[in-house]
Amino acid sequence: MIRLVPRDQTSAAWQIATPLLAVLATMIAGGLLFAIMGYDPLAAIRTIFWDPLFGPAAGYSRPQLLVKAAPLILIASGLAVGFRAGIWNIGAEGQYIIGGITGAAVALAAYPAEGMWIFPAMVLAGALGGWAWGMIPALLRNWFGASEILVSLMLVYVAQRVAAWMAFGPMKNPEGYGFPGSRNLQQYPAASNPELIAGTGAHWGVVAAAAAVLAIWFLMSRHIRGFHIRAAGLAPRAARFAGVRPETLVAFCLGLSGAFAGMAGLFEVAGPAGQITDKLGTGYGFTAIIVAFLGRLHPVGILLAGLLLALTYIGGELAQLTLQLPAATVQVFQGMLLFFLLGFDLLTRFRIARRIAA
Amino acid sequence: MNRRELLVSVAALPAIGLAAPALAQTEPLKVGFIYVGPVGDGGWTYQHDQARQAMVAEYGDKVETTFIESVPEGADAERALTQLALAGNKLIFATSFGYMDAVMNVAAKFPDVKFEHATGYKRAENVATYDARFYEGRAVIGTIAGRMTRSNKIGYIGSFPIPEVVQGINSSYIHARKVNPDVEIKVVWAYSWFDPAKEADAAAALIAEGVDVILQHTDSTAPLAKAQEAGAIGFGQASDMANFKPTPRVSSIIDNWAPYYIERVGAMLDGTWESTATWAGIGDGEVEIGEITDAVPAEVKQEALALKDKIASGEYHPFTGPLNKADGSAWLADGETATDEELSGMDFFVEGITAELPQ
Amino acid sequence: MIDPLSVFLLLLAAATPILFAALGELVVERAGVLNLGVEGMMITGALAGFAAAYVTGSPFAGFLAAALAGAAIAMLFAALTQILLANQVASGLALTLFGLGLAALFGKPLEGIKAPAMMPGPLRINWIVWLGLVMVPLVWWFLNRSRTGLILRGVGENHDAAHALGYPVHAIRIAAIGFGGAMAGVGGAFISIATVLQWTEGMTAGAGWIALAIVVFSNWTAPGVLAGAWLFGGVTVLQLRLQAAGIRVPVQLLSMAPYLATIIVLVLISARQKYSRRAGRAAPGSLGQNFHALR
Repeated sequence: MIRLVPRDQTSAAWQIATPLLAVLATMIAGGLLFAIMGYDPLAAIRTIFWDPLFGPAAGYSRPQLLVKAAPLILIASGLAVGFRAGIWNIGAEGQYIIGGITGAAVALAAYPAEGMWIFPAMVLAGALGGWAWGMIPALLRNWFGASEILVSLMLVYVAQRVAAWMAFGPMKNPEGYGFPGSRNLQQYPAASNPELIAGTGAHWGVVAAAAAVLAIWFLMSRHIRGFHIRAAGLAPRAARFAGVRPETLVAFCLGLSGAFAGMAGLFEVAGPAGQITDKLGTGYGFTAIIVAFLGRLHPVGILLAGLLLALTYIGGELAQLTLQLPAATVQVFQGMLLFFLLGFDLLTRFRIARRIAA
Repeated sequence: MNRRELLVSVAALPAIGLAAPALAQTEPLKVGFIYVGPVGDGGWTYQHDQARQAMVAEYGDKVETTFIESVPEGADAERALTQLALAGNKLIFATSFGYMDAVMNVAAKFPDVKFEHATGYKRAENVATYDARFYEGRAVIGTIAGRMTRSNKIGYIGSFPIPEVVQGINSSYIHARKVNPDVEIKVVWAYSWFDPAKEADAAAALIAEGVDVILQHTDSTAPLAKAQEAGAIGFGQASDMANFKPTPRVSSIIDNWAPYYIERVGAMLDGTWESTATWAGIGDGEVEIGEITDAVPAEVKQEALALKDKIASGEYHPFTGPLNKADGSAWLADGETATDEELSGMDFFVEGITAELPQ
Repeated sequence: MIDPLSVFLLLLAAATPILFAALGELVVERAGVLNLGVEGMMITGALAGFAAAYVTGSPFAGFLAAALAGAAIAMLFAALTQILLANQVASGLALTLFGLGLAALFGKPLEGIKAPAMMPGPLRINWIVWLGLVMVPLVWWFLNRSRTGLILRGVGENHDAAHALGYPVHAIRIAAIGFGGAMAGVGGAFISIATVLQWTEGMTAGAGWIALAIVVFSNWTAPGVLAGAWLFGGVTVLQLRLQAAGIRVPVQLLSMAPYLATIIVLVLISARQKYSRRAGRAAPGSLGQNFHALR
């Protein structure tokens, strides 16, 4: 009989080893799946994990990894801070949508004015929109004790409907022949978020994601608030005695993650997506939760986890393209990867011991 | 707009040099497709994929096709299109309206690749558009609906209030009224192309309103299932939905993209491809009317088929005056027909439809 | 002008899939587990149920298979969260992704096939609709009157205390997760077997997420779940019904309303618990937290 014994400290060695183990296990299980489906498992795995980085079209797909990973990393960085403190914002998807809308609203109001101020104002508006949407669950928790998990989740649905309303109503492109969707901001230079250096994929959102990783690292390891956050997460009662006001932390964490998600939404709307549509929310906010956990709530881990998930998306598309693997197979493969990563995570927090016979 | 035009004109420059007929026919022509849904959606994407297969059957090993399914509109579409272009596809079909800007962006970067965008309105040297005159088919099934209704109420489940759908509602109503002056049309918007549970609810709401014939512009079979339960009838949409024959599905309006795909790939193979705006209908075989079952009386069936033939031959246009708009203002004078420009921006109901068009 | 009875009859059918899924999730959450994978379990049930109904020709066999399949895929979540102690939020999201993918993959051969029609039950209302209505008092009785239900709620309120009293926290939670999966499976199968009569990829179209909202709206009670399912289903049905009657409705704004109502309900319950002496019940105390016995 075996049993689990918690480790006093999470194991550093296992922290690094388990993701690698999980990827390996996914390759084996996924390979079996591909083989059963009648595809060459080695080719499929090489296409998903190797070709986006070093394959024939890697010159294009490598930058695309950044485009896909940037919003995930930016959102997950903000979420991780709250998760460390035991504050569960699972509504980043909603904050992302609202940030995209408020940011785009600035651009659409300014249209067709030109000016250097427009894009920074949009970023600010996006961050503010996301912040405000994140503050709703924060205030409801502080004032009434309402669960921020549930309120933030409910607000995702509300945000999705706001997006649909905007796309069909107030923000509809007046020159769009009656089709839903706003003007395309990619075609409005003052408001667009293009590649900063051609061929790198890097737009302002990628820069912001990198900055977010650094900022979170600084906050959590060098700043007194980061200490409070970690203390609140590990020992809430002790933290309270040490003078940490839980209300302040709730507002800070939800506001911060909301602002990050809102910015991510704006960068996406002004850049790769281009416009407000009813399908503005593509799930980045939910996927970022998984990224935050896979990255063990650590800035560097989040960076790597974001890139890994982006790799499976891009590699999955390549597998569709070159091997005609159905999209669903790729989805199953991603699901497996997450299951293995979450499952193996156990080894970092617990060690396995033999039960001593009584 | 400025930037787009700039990109387009840049795109045009090298395209002239490369427009020469393709290489000697040793290597197959690579043709790519991006789909908005899964190929098994049984509706819109399914029909595009059927047409792809028909095209492959036509040209055999002269072509090699690749598709990427379930590509969301927006950023992911641009990447999928680029990947297809990088993989050596020389002709790429983008099969959803929402891919429009992505197609324009990618086309500007790959001037020697030809793009075909379904249902859009932006074109370039290497971007053609194509669409089907679904309203022609709606005229035929509208006729059947007008004859078949006993309650004189027909229902229409719309997806989104966009011109294509508005054309369909108007055309169905006009032709139902032509054969049955007492007919009323009830319109329900599902705000989705595919949401079976909601489509079922929409059908049930129409039935509760007294409707006994349901037309749908959404892709699932849920409305037919509801109609069957309530003893009402309906029509297959996008695909034939043949397993609901002979009733509730008494006929269907089928998207058949095969003739177009065969023609355009053929043009690539012999080097005559040009950017065009195609809007084909029943006459070109792009809109088909599925088998009219025996649940429909023979004379109604004949009447519907006669109308179909008149539309196919070009003898009759479904939007022929005199027609007024719903607000009472005059639209088409006696004998006048609607222009394509008017139709492609259609944002009003015709006189007699009491429902309001959102926004 | 609009007959309320007709709206109610529409509502009964429209609310059934979300009622089943939400009743299942209610029991899961009452045991202290937050499973965000409802959508994944529903689509699994929709596929398995359809396949079984088609193969056997019996819709009822389909629903049985859907319950089994829903419970089976829920066991993945149970293994992750109860045995491997993985985070529940992330595991639930992963389950949704996995379930949607798996169903799409295995569903390929079933595309374009029609399910056998169901005989309507009493009053020409579907048997499964009746079953859903019967499940409400059963779940209520189980949670409030049965001994096992009492233990299950204890586990959800305070798993440490329940453990100290000698109750098997993990076993109870695994059983609850299995029940939640079975109910979600039946809810999904109602869409494929009774509503659409066909299998198509992604056919649950977000119903699982609505079920999660309903549980919150319900204040974690079975009658509340019924009210929530009717509210959420009712808003959809009513706006479609009004549209059919030619009355213009702000669809997007109206469809937001149930979610806003859910937030308001949650705030009211939480406020009552926070500010009044007579503590009302809100979310289960251990909701979303994993349990590991320190022995």
